[in-house]
Amino acid sequence: MGVIGLGTEGAIVTTRIEQLLNAARSASLWYMLFGLACCAIEMMATGAARYDFDRFGMIFRSSPRQCDLMIVAGTVTKKMAPRVRLLWEQMAEPRYVLAMGGCAVSGGPFYDSYAVVKGVDKIIPVDMYVPGCPPRPEALLQGVLELRRRIAAGELGPRDIESLTAAARAASEAGTETES
Amino acid sequence: MTKPIRTEEIEVSMGPLHRGMEKIAEKRTYFQYMPLVDRFDYLAAMLNGALYCMTIEKLAGMEPPRRAEYIRVIMMELNRIASHLVFVGTLGLDLGASTPFIYCFREREEILDLFDLVCGARMTFNYMRPGGVAKDLPPEFAPKCREFLKKMPARLREYDDLLSNNEIFVERMRGVAKIGADEAVNLGLSGPTLRASGVGFDIRRFEPYSVYPEFDFDVAVREEGDCLARYLCRTEEIRQSLRIVQQALDGLPEGPSSTRINMNLKPAAGEVYHHIEGARGEMGCYLVSDGTTTPVRLKWRAPSFSNLAVLTSALPGWKVADSVAIIGSIDVVLGEVDR
Ligand code: SF4
Repeated sequence: MGVIGLGTEGAIVTTRIEQLLNAARSASLWYMLFGLACCAIEMMATGAARYDFDRFGMIFRSSPRQCDLMIVAGTVTKKMAPRVRLLWEQMAEPRYVLAMGGCAVSGGPFYDSYAVVKGVDKIIPVDMYVPGCPPRPEALLQGVLELRRRIAAGELGPRDIESLTAAARAASEAGTETES
Repeated sequence: MTKPIRTEEIEVSMGPLHRGMEKIAEKRTYFQYMPLVDRFDYLAAMLNGALYCMTIEKLAGMEPPRRAEYIRVIMMELNRIASHLVFVGTLGLDLGASTPFIYCFREREEILDLFDLVCGARMTFNYMRPGGVAKDLPPEFAPKCREFLKKMPARLREYDDLLSNNEIFVERMRGVAKIGADEAVNLGLSGPTLRASGVGFDIRRFEPYSVYPEFDFDVAVREEGDCLARYLCRTEEIRQSLRIVQQALDGLPEGPSSTRINMNLKPAAGEVYHHIEGARGEMGCYLVSDGTTTPVRLKWRAPSFSNLAVLTSALPGWKVADSVAIIGSIDVVLGEVDR
């Protein structure tokens, strides 16, 4: 962005529309009210009084249509995976995904379980990983702040949705084939 | 006026959080499995940990020192309060009141701070050990805990103002989904869900374990059997738990907080069942050992799982809008239902 002239009447700022949009997107990440396991309780705690997501313009919404950010908080099991994928598909672009906790990152403590998908990135693309079991609210906040920084910096620009979707669907089918 | 939509029939579909926890137990040693136990009922992880350790102790014929028993009781009751606070907060949230949620989580944070002090974790503690607890209480614990106990009664009155005396909330709960005493017993309900139907069964009182007989507390019972009774039972339980923590803090004996035991524990071959009063009801653990370092079979008796059975008879006939109140009042934790 560049500033042309600063006067008493205000300032003229030149920018690209993408930059402006990215700045706006990063400042109001509405997240989906959607928890899968223990980590969801920590996510709730982060939204409550002491840590307070609201001060970052983050408000939970119950419908995926209204959400920008999906915080995958908890264990993605093989039975749940298609539903997680569906919810992600229902979100409008631009959408971001944050994998919260060891389970969503890589299967976590259930790395050798027959019922668990070893990381949510097997079924949907993930923009930010926050490890921990569960991550403390401070860690989640840091993950969100870093995500905001990357959005504002344009690092998470428009994606090639077609190929992403195809890749993710293939992975999802591979990951859930054992389900009856 | 349009007719309200009513629930006619329901089908409970389980398994979206099935993580294979019982099977995993068969490939871990008794100690290695301990951290996973916390992820079972994650709102009351101290209770899970204590149950697991008590079961192993029963199997191996050990007795923890008295100080450890007292510390366990303090932790279990604090965790029960924290769990009920989440219940009160989210029930309010389900019924459209978002303020109680913020208030309840504020108090819950104070309990989590106490846990943080003791074991460095907020939710998944890994604090209980067969033969005692992982670490003795730090010196700052008792004063901080007393401070909390002093604060809490006034905070409970705040919740009463927000919910128990709130006409909208009460009207949505009173008389909804009544469960009779016979039905409750036949369905195998336990915990506050059962006690709200007039059956005063509390394992802490009727089959005492640990050092519970030494404490003076009342079993919270309500006769009505409706959603409101289930809610009031839990708020009353918070008060009783505060009393227990107070007494345990006052009577905390000196001495060691754990016994030294072999990390490669090999309990003698045999099987054992132990149960405690969890935050949601009768929580049980069935363990079979063949004398090696890993259990042959581990089975959890999860109170939420059994309590869910009531939905098939409690929901039909009520408005769809009531279902959030009914499901909320049973207080299920899905980590425990699906394991
Ligand atoms: S990462 Fe840990 S705390 Fe989070 S859902 Fe998995 S087991 Fe639970």
